[in-house]
Amino acid sequence: MYAQGLIGKPGGSVSDETEEFLAAFQARIDAEEKIEPKDAMPAAYRRTLVRQIGQHAHSEIVGMLPEGNWITRAPSLKRKAALLAKVQDEGGHGLYLYAAAETLGVSREEMTEELLDGRAKYSSIFNYPTLSWADIGIIGWLVDGAAIMNQIPLCRCSFGPYARAMIRVCKEESFHQRQGYEIVMTLARGSEAQREMVQDALNRWWWPSLMMFGPHDADSTHSDQSMKWKIKRFTNDDLRQKFIDATVPQAEFLGLSVPDPDLRWNPDKNGGKGGYDHGAIDWDEFWRVVKGHGPMARDRIKARRKAWEDGAWVRDAARAHAKKRAARKAVLAAE
Amino acid sequence: MTETTPLWEVFIRPRNGLAHKHVGSLHAADEVLALQAARDVYTRRGEGSSIWVVPSSAITASDPAAAEELFDPTADKPYRHPTFYDIPDDVGHM
Ligand SMILES: [Fe+2]
Ligand SMILES: [Fe+2]
Repeated sequence: MYAQGLIGKPGGSVSDETEEFLAAFQARIDAEEKIEPKDAMPAAYRRTLVRQIGQHAHSEIVGMLPEGNWITRAPSLKRKAALLAKVQDEGGHGLYLYAAAETLGVSREEMTEELLDGRAKYSSIFNYPTLSWADIGIIGWLVDGAAIMNQIPLCRCSFGPYARAMIRVCKEESFHQRQGYEIVMTLARGSEAQREMVQDALNRWWWPSLMMFGPHDADSTHSDQSMKWKIKRFTNDDLRQKFIDATVPQAEFLGLSVPDPDLRWNPDKNGGKGGYDHGAIDWDEFWRVVKGHGPMARDRIKARRKAWEDGAWVRDAARAHAKKRAARKAVLAAE
Repeated sequence: MTETTPLWEVFIRPRNGLAHKHVGSLHAADEVLALQAARDVYTRRGEGSSIWVVPSSAITASDPAAAEELFDPTADKPYRHPTFYDIPDDVGHM
């Protein structure tokens, strides 16, 4: 996902690195060597990673909000326990990722401030509202499913700390998708009203889920460089295609219909293995939502700001307490 | 700019008999909170039976630029490995 490459361009100026330095770095990448935080690296490589890992971390944290919205209204204790565990995992994912970004020289506080003042982006998917319980099932199935598609190749990303964080994340994601699909399955096999509710949720989340993979390859300008640096391993369109091919049969299994009248099996796709052709994606909507015009964008940032501001006294108190304890220890040691 | 909270490196022993292994880092005001946070962030699925937290500032690391001078000399010392020495098969396992 939550960071299929960068949303927008990495900032910063053109570097003054020598051709030799850049070529030597590229040779390390081509040899599948991992780059570690203290290694010499091109400024643009560092910048791209700071932006991408930051966006990814923010997406995990903001992603807790649409689902957190349903914890108190989960229909059973089992569903509630699972949803709580999932949302807690997403918080953990955010923390692993912030820590990976910090190895590149940004602070957690800087990243948080960038999110709160709108300089940093997060995945467009979390700017949609969760209107019914069925949305929680659909999010686990589609949104976490799309995240897995994207995150598995990131486990082999050239930057060591990002790759290691992704390995932890991927281990935890599988339960997210399965609990979501189980919710969807329960509703799809339930009453007429439940079937309608889950079909409605699929109708609303299908296209935004496809947008999670980012713009088409032809319109994804810095994608080439990220591929060259092995930050990403597959193009946006490749991963989107994999996701569609994996997901459509799962919908058919439940008797749900994917809201795309142009969706067709094409036996010649994927080098003769077959795959689905799909209809046009509304990229105007994508950019509107990324730029914060989604129905929930203001709420999301408001909620994050409230959490940050309301938590300030806790952080201050913890630091004051730590100082007091350290001082007491020093006095005891001197005695 | 807000005051920052110290960074800690987290090491987990998956089970007794194995060494503690670096798993990641986190921010916490002191060692008590760091241990608590490490438990929540890094051991949600029984990943560990013991946790170490170390202030990141206490770690001294070797310089990657010095990797060649530090580590390359070992490559030309094959006599440090058992296979360097020819012992007839008749002697048996050694
Ligand atoms: Fe996640
Ligand atoms: Fe997830």
